[in-house]
Amino acid sequence: MSKEIKVALAGNPNSGKTTAFNAITGARQHVGNYPGITVDKKEGFTTVGDNKIHLIDLPGTYSLTAYTMEEIVARNVVADQRPDVVIDVLNAGALERNLYLAIQLMEMGAPLVLALNMMDEANKQGMKIDIDKLSELLDVPVVETVARTGEGIPSLLEATVKCAAANQGKKWEPLAISYGPDLDPALDKMVALIEKNNLLTDRYPSRWTALKYLESDDEIMQLGREIHPVSAELEEIVKSVAKHLESTLATYPEAVIADYRYGYITSIVRQGVVTRLDSAADRVALSDKIDSVVTHRFLGPLIMLGIMYLIYQVTFTFSETPVGWFENFFGWLGETAEANMQDGLLKSLVVSGVIDGVGGVMGFVPLIMFMFLQIALLEDSGYMARVAYMLDRVFRFFGLHGCSVMPFIVSGGIAGGCAVPGVMAARTLRSPKEKLATLITAPFMACGAKLPVFLLFVGVFFEENQAMVMFLLTMAAWACALIVSKILRHTVIKGEATPFVMELPPYRFPTLRGLLIHTWERTWQYIKKAGTVILAISILIWAAMTFPNLPADQVAAFDAQKTVVQEQIDTANASGASVEALEEKLASIENEQAEVTLKNSYAGSIGVALEPVMSPVGFDWRTNIALVGGFAAKEVIVSTLGTAYSLGEVDPEDAAPLAERIAQDPNWTPSVAVAFLLFVLLYAPCFVTVVAIKQEANSWKWALFSVVFNTGLAYTVAVAVVQIGKLL
Amino acid sequence: MSNAMPMRELKVGEKAKVVAITAIGELGRRIRDMGLVPGAELEVVGRAPLQDPVALRLTGFTLSLRNNEADYIAVERV
Repeated sequence: MSKEIKVALAGNPNSGKTTAFNAITGARQHVGNYPGITVDKKEGFTTVGDNKIHLIDLPGTYSLTAYTMEEIVARNVVADQRPDVVIDVLNAGALERNLYLAIQLMEMGAPLVLALNMMDEANKQGMKIDIDKLSELLDVPVVETVARTGEGIPSLLEATVKCAAANQGKKWEPLAISYGPDLDPALDKMVALIEKNNLLTDRYPSRWTALKYLESDDEIMQLGREIHPVSAELEEIVKSVAKHLESTLATYPEAVIADYRYGYITSIVRQGVVTRLDSAADRVALSDKIDSVVTHRFLGPLIMLGIMYLIYQVTFTFSETPVGWFENFFGWLGETAEANMQDGLLKSLVVSGVIDGVGGVMGFVPLIMFMFLQIALLEDSGYMARVAYMLDRVFRFFGLHGCSVMPFIVSGGIAGGCAVPGVMAARTLRSPKEKLATLITAPFMACGAKLPVFLLFVGVFFEENQAMVMFLLTMAAWACALIVSKILRHTVIKGEATPFVMELPPYRFPTLRGLLIHTWERTWQYIKKAGTVILAISILIWAAMTFPNLPADQVAAFDAQKTVVQEQIDTANASGASVEALEEKLASIENEQAEVTLKNSYAGSIGVALEPVMSPVGFDWRTNIALVGGFAAKEVIVSTLGTAYSLGEVDPEDAAPLAERIAQDPNWTPSVAVAFLLFVLLYAPCFVTVVAIKQEANSWKWALFSVVFNTGLAYTVAVAVVQIGKLL
Repeated sequence: MSNAMPMRELKVGEKAKVVAITAIGELGRRIRDMGLVPGAELEVVGRAPLQDPVALRLTGFTLSLRNNEADYIAVERV
């Protein structure tokens, strides 16, 4: 008989749970999101004999409290989806601590199978575990595994199928351990009340609910209050127990519960389950030795700088070739469409809207792939935790996290990065407030698309000190990112620092399969999720710069002028005279038409309408339109300025004519130029980044905040510069 | 318990036993989740380049926490 068995995979972070998931499901897995939060939802399938197994990967957690999204998700999946079996993957080397989660799962009542993972390492540590004894004492099946090599996985699946069959149709039997003379009577009283009133009994065992009340678990208490007035009675009991504990033992229920859980674990492990022979040959000890160099007071930061620089180099150098392929391909596609389609709106939409839009989306893919590959490498090897460890003291001062350094550097902390993969690198941050501050400030960095704009203006106004000014701009970006983070963390993203308490996992060689799966799933998420939104917005921006069309009479006037010149060219050609001057004249008419068309478009109207607002900064409508266009991609600022100055399409890489025009324009005083440089550095991230921020923060609110706040900040800084410039 | 002291004062290489955890709320929970409960033995194995956070060795794994978090943990040297 064939039946689908629903299995949830639980386990501590760094227990090899993800490796086990990959070993079980191979490529047959699917990543999504739990609705409303940024926790990944991974599912996969495999078959064992006639049985199809549907495997749900729970987020890695140490416990099942309500303090983090991950833990809430893990326990809700167990409570609501009622898996037939829960597999708990344990790091055998740290068995006691890993059993802490297992006990909590058993208290929920789910049929459990323990996978004692990394048994090879545990054995090397001189550790012996009596599997049968452990299984007997806990009354759950226990299987040894080495997920990295796949060893033990078939027996694990077999045990799972057997466990599912044995428990089929049976009621869950939650584990009940003693919590001592102070809590047990209270627990009994609460259980009686809960059962009498059926409080949440359809979801959770009554004793578990009572424990959560004693732990003052916000989520469960909130649920209880909404459902039944008995909740108040339970809270009264908790209050009196808490008061009693405080006065007699100077402790509180949560702490007592944890103590008794560990006590229970110790009582089991001490019955001859674990023998540790020789702690000298310890693998963790080897890891500590590596750490004495890698996190050394002087060597550590140097090595870290080197690694960061390497990641930056690899991301942006290696991706150059594939990015070039994409560019060429979409360039070719654009040209083909250009040549084969009739002039008109449809052609403009296809070439400038769709092809450029899709090209824009795909152009980021190699960058994102290379960056995620390396981040997966850092995470899986255990180095990422060391980065957080070494930098925590510095970044904490600014309300950030040690891991914030990665997004900053990739975004352009070393000039020339890109905020799209940068913002996505913030995924490694598990502290919500620190992550948000990082997401909003990382786009300040001097990304590669801002560089052509900087080079153009620095070339015009600071010819003597180009390198110096570019360096100062990069430093200004860092200063702004850190200072603004600190301000944000004291205002809109106020709150205590998330506790740092973090495992430093032993160094390991990552598995190739793990790296590839990580990289692929994150890249695919970008293409699928961000891609569609980005395409839609790029069409919108195209429309804003195209519509409304120039009134027919103006178009006719330009056409008439062009016809006249064209006729002159034709006659000159016929007589063999030089046509160079005439062709230039024709081009300048076309450029003028492009300028007028742009000014007439919605984007142009915005630029003109912004003039009074921007006058304190000294920007005219041309600059304003260019900045509006920069929302599509920062390098567009150069080409849009070109059109606005009637120079036609300007290549951002070679903008010499535009530089001349700017040098001649009396509007561009040095202080306006500095204001402009800082404005471009700080104002709204390009919309691709905005979409990436939305994805990472899982909120359009914060994505919009980054647009409004960053632009406001840029404006304030620019006004200050111009006003100070006037005083000097 | 006269020789109980805040964990911050331990030097690298020193071994100690947890006497009490006084943190409440999320921090208390996180500390306990990691197996830092009264009776647990630990060794300070390192400090970050700026002396904070600190790295602790517990049975089978290494943990790091900030000095101001370590202040909630009372230990005695062993």
